[in-house]
Amino acid sequence: MSMHKQKNFRMLAVALLAMGVTMSAAQADDDRDERYGEKHGGKYGGENRGKPLQPAQTNAKFQKECSDCHIAYMPGLLPAESWRKVMAGLDKHFGSDASLDAQDNKEITAFLVNNASNRWNAPTAPLKITETAWFKRKHDSHEINPAIWKNPQVKSPANCAACHPRAERGDFNEHDIRMPK
Amino acid sequence: MFRIFYKLGLVFVAVAGLATQPAFAETPNEILASIQKEAAGTPGFKGFSAARGESFFKAKHGGEWSCASCHTENPAALGKHAKTGKVIDPLAPSANAERFTNPKKVDKWFKRNCNDVLSRVCTPQEKGDVLAYLLTIKK
Ligand code: HEC
Ligand code: HEC
Ligand code: HEC
Repeated sequence: MSMHKQKNFRMLAVALLAMGVTMSAAQADDDRDERYGEKHGGKYGGENRGKPLQPAQTNAKFQKECSDCHIAYMPGLLPAESWRKVMAGLDKHFGSDASLDAQDNKEITAFLVNNASNRWNAPTAPLKITETAWFKRKHDSHEINPAIWKNPQVKSPANCAACHPRAERGDFNEHDIRMPK
Repeated sequence: MFRIFYKLGLVFVAVAGLATQPAFAETPNEILASIQKEAAGTPGFKGFSAARGESFFKAKHGGEWSCASCHTENPAALGKHAKTGKVIDPLAPSANAERFTNPKKVDKWFKRNCNDVLSRVCTPQEKGDVLAYLLTIKK
């Protein structure tokens, strides 16, 4: 390992630790949110409060292969059945070909399925995070002025980082949201 | 005597350099040569053309996108994914030393992107023309 890489590695380790800390903080926040949600018409399912969105031990292949076209959406954002469907259809992936060789596909599927959300209460497993009930509830017109979705800096609701600057690190804490102008 | 040490030293530096950069397994010219080997087997092959590669790159082929839709008309510049908006590093090797150095990566993306743009795989002729074009681009 070269000096440079060693340094990167150490930085990565520190970043991962820091991530763990911010994630447990986000978790605490979610718990409050959930109680609030229950009082106001049902749980918001989909996100997993038993496990973090991103497990402590991430998978290098997933990080690399799933971040070329968009951020690597964390395994905790969808239930296992959704991930199985997404990974089985990569050759026709939302209008583009994202196919992988069989071995990489198998490794990444296992990582996603093993760390998927287990708090799912929708009858079907949608392919899109942005079509899940909890996503719609968190991003409905009470929370967000609908005009924002047409902003060219947003382009698509799947562009999480447009409003959650630390989305790439799995941090969607509502105190960090910065809406594009 | 000194010259020998000096030369040995150079060899050592060169070998160490190779050992620390496993990602750069091949050069773009080596990759072009292996595409050429593939193309040579097809009837009527008369070599690659950068000019043909450029028009192929900038044209739509019946679908919504051209190669330039994401890699821009200037492949030495930063690109932008036409659907997601994610920034894409420059495609021209002069602007990005990692490009066309990993045969597995090159194959993977030719397959995916040709499928998106042409709804089929690219021929060795088309791939070679595109790479010949990209190699003429100065930063
Ligand atoms: C070749 C480009 C490409 C690659 C590689 C890719 N994706 Fe995607 N992905 C897309 C596009 C395009 C969309 C649609 C984005 C939009 O609607 O804004 C998308 C959307 C998604 C969505 C739905 C987001 C939502 O809620 O709308 C998920 C989940 C997803 N991708 C998972 C993955 C996973 C897992 C991998 C790695 C195995 C991966 N993607 C690799 C191009 C890609
Ligand atoms: C147009 C801006 C925008 C986009 C794009 C967006 N969000 Fe949000 N998101 C918000 C806002 C605003 C809230 C706060 C809603 C509230 O106050 O409860 C929020 C809340 C959330 C929350 C709850 C956070 C908490 O602390 O309760 C999660 C989780 C979340 N978003 C995930 C995502 C994911 C995943 C994506 C991409 C697939 C995404 N968001 C895309 C604006 C956005
Ligand atoms: C929809 C967007 C999109 C289109 C259209 C597109 N590409 Fe790409 N291309 C990408 C992305 C994303 C990557 C991978 C990200 C990266 O490596 O920076 C990539 C990577 C590549 C690579 C990998 C090069 C290397 O060694 O790293 C090649 C080759 C390539 N594209 C060629 C093409 C050609 C030829 C076309 C037209 C037939 C094309 N692309 C059209 C998005 C696109």
